[in-house]
Amino acid sequence: MMVGGSSRSYGPSDARPWTFYALAFLFGAYLMFLYGPMFVIYVLSFQGPNGGVTFPMVGVSLDWFRDVFKKGMMANIPASFTRSMQLAALVSAMTVVFSVAAALAFRRRFPGSGVVFYFAVASLVMPSLLVGFGIGFGFQVLGWQTGLFTSALGAQLTWTLPFGLFAMFAVVNRFNRSYEEAANDLGASSWQRLRYVTLPILMPGIIGVAMGAFTLSYDEYARTTLAIGRENTLPLEIYALISSATSPVLFAIGTLTTSVSFLIIGITLIVVWRMQKRRALIKTA
Amino acid sequence: MSASASWRTKGRASWFAFGSRRRGVDGMGSPAMRIPSWLVSWLQVGPLASILIVLFALPTFLFLVVSFFDYDRVGLYPAFMFDNYRDLLTTPSTLRVYISSLKFAAIVWAITLFLGFNIAYFLIFHVRSATIRTVLFLLCAIPFWTSGIIRTIAWIPFLGRNGAFNTILQDMHITSQPLEFLLFSDFAVVVTYVHLFTLLMVGPIANSLSKIDPALMEAARDAGASRWRTMVDVVIPLSKTGIALGSILVFTQVMGDYFVVKQMSGGQSASIVSMLSTEIQAMQYPPASANAMVLVIFVAVMVAFMMKVVDVRKELVK
Repeated sequence: MMVGGSSRSYGPSDARPWTFYALAFLFGAYLMFLYGPMFVIYVLSFQGPNGGVTFPMVGVSLDWFRDVFKKGMMANIPASFTRSMQLAALVSAMTVVFSVAAALAFRRRFPGSGVVFYFAVASLVMPSLLVGFGIGFGFQVLGWQTGLFTSALGAQLTWTLPFGLFAMFAVVNRFNRSYEEAANDLGASSWQRLRYVTLPILMPGIIGVAMGAFTLSYDEYARTTLAIGRENTLPLEIYALISSATSPVLFAIGTLTTSVSFLIIGITLIVVWRMQKRRALIKTA
Repeated sequence: MSASASWRTKGRASWFAFGSRRRGVDGMGSPAMRIPSWLVSWLQVGPLASILIVLFALPTFLFLVVSFFDYDRVGLYPAFMFDNYRDLLTTPSTLRVYISSLKFAAIVWAITLFLGFNIAYFLIFHVRSATIRTVLFLLCAIPFWTSGIIRTIAWIPFLGRNGAFNTILQDMHITSQPLEFLLFSDFAVVVTYVHLFTLLMVGPIANSLSKIDPALMEAARDAGASRWRTMVDVVIPLSKTGIALGSILVFTQVMGDYFVVKQMSGGQSASIVSMLSTEIQAMQYPPASANAMVLVIFVAVMVAFMMKVVDVRKELVK
């Protein structure tokens, strides 16, 4: 997320108003609210083999993690995880290309821009299950087989594309067009300008969109559930597990998926950080 | 971009063709080089637009058509009848479910707006270091990257009878016996929604707040405005786009939910979409479609109302 803030310089003598402490307290309480239940499931996922889904802990073990990887026991978690990752990668790539291009188009008014804008809003606010229902139903009417890389991909794009578009609006709004004009004046072709000026400046935002779209897809279940074929994605497999079993396996899956998210965020941050560092080097050179 | 600025862009031939200006008269003059500006825009926006038309608009149109169909256990029969709508709108349970969902939406909206605005305000105006601000933002966002399903069921061991919260309360001697209303109740549903959706409010509002020049607030202060008046007359009006966007997101998420209500209310409350998915599972597509159309129109009217209050488009696409 790209958020700038006030860039005033503060002296050490600047006293904090009381509202600072009130809001800081609220923020702290919110973080505890946010992490409390998550922390409980991380702890409970290490429950001993005879333990249940609530406290107390009956010993500590990795049994439930082993169960996650046991094939065919209840659900095939590793296979659905692979499918989810593949789908998320594809969704993320398509979202970046299409929404960045569209956001660039929206910098000018063009005939039909209002219609596209309101379609994107409508697609974003449409109750999720209904999107999947419509697509699945449409496939049924046409006699097509629903599948992971057809209907499920489509259902997820109706969610990630508007998200990508609106996120890019925020990025493009901050973009100073005089850079592009300078590139023109220096004789850059439109391709060179896009490749060497526009895209590099927008890159942190683009990476944000890629990461956002990836996780939106990776966690998505409401849109996908009626548009998926025979092979489930990971959230749908978890969904199926909830109705059949209540064991700490669910928590172990939660701990694992969170770790995967952390890994993705970590890698992205390192990439962005290195990019900024390189840019800073170029600036000082 | 202001009105005068959009005039400037209008005068420009096209975003792509503009680049050929410096390369001399030949590039400029040949008609092949000059793609009309509307075509460039459509080439850029085309893939997104066509995906939304095929995968969003067409299926919605399909609902509309099928909602007038007749059906029995064997199949669907093309017709133009209003029975599906009449049945839906005259069933008392429909109204009950809509009221229940609206009640959740209103409560969750109020809580997330309060939390979201204050958190965004804290992060943008009170946190002075950009690095700390980024870290705090990430702290808010990280749980968002865990599956909503997992985040929902995470509340079960926390709120349950022998859950972490009850244990803490009893260990601290605040309560003598476990509180029963915590789990599988409307309370649990609201808590889970707030947990899931507050970030949807924080993001857009923080984006709006970050565009406010702090000098404006100083000016208001210097002109004698109290903290409260500065907030009401300067900050809130300038952040209304973010407030509207966040409200739209939270509202539509609550109205479209079927999982949280099912999982956390313990079967005491129903949601519109869970009612709908029962019909889908029973293959009753025409009534399900009618139900879907009513929900879509309802949500569309509410969103249109919120967008009427704030011209989101003008603010977003500058």
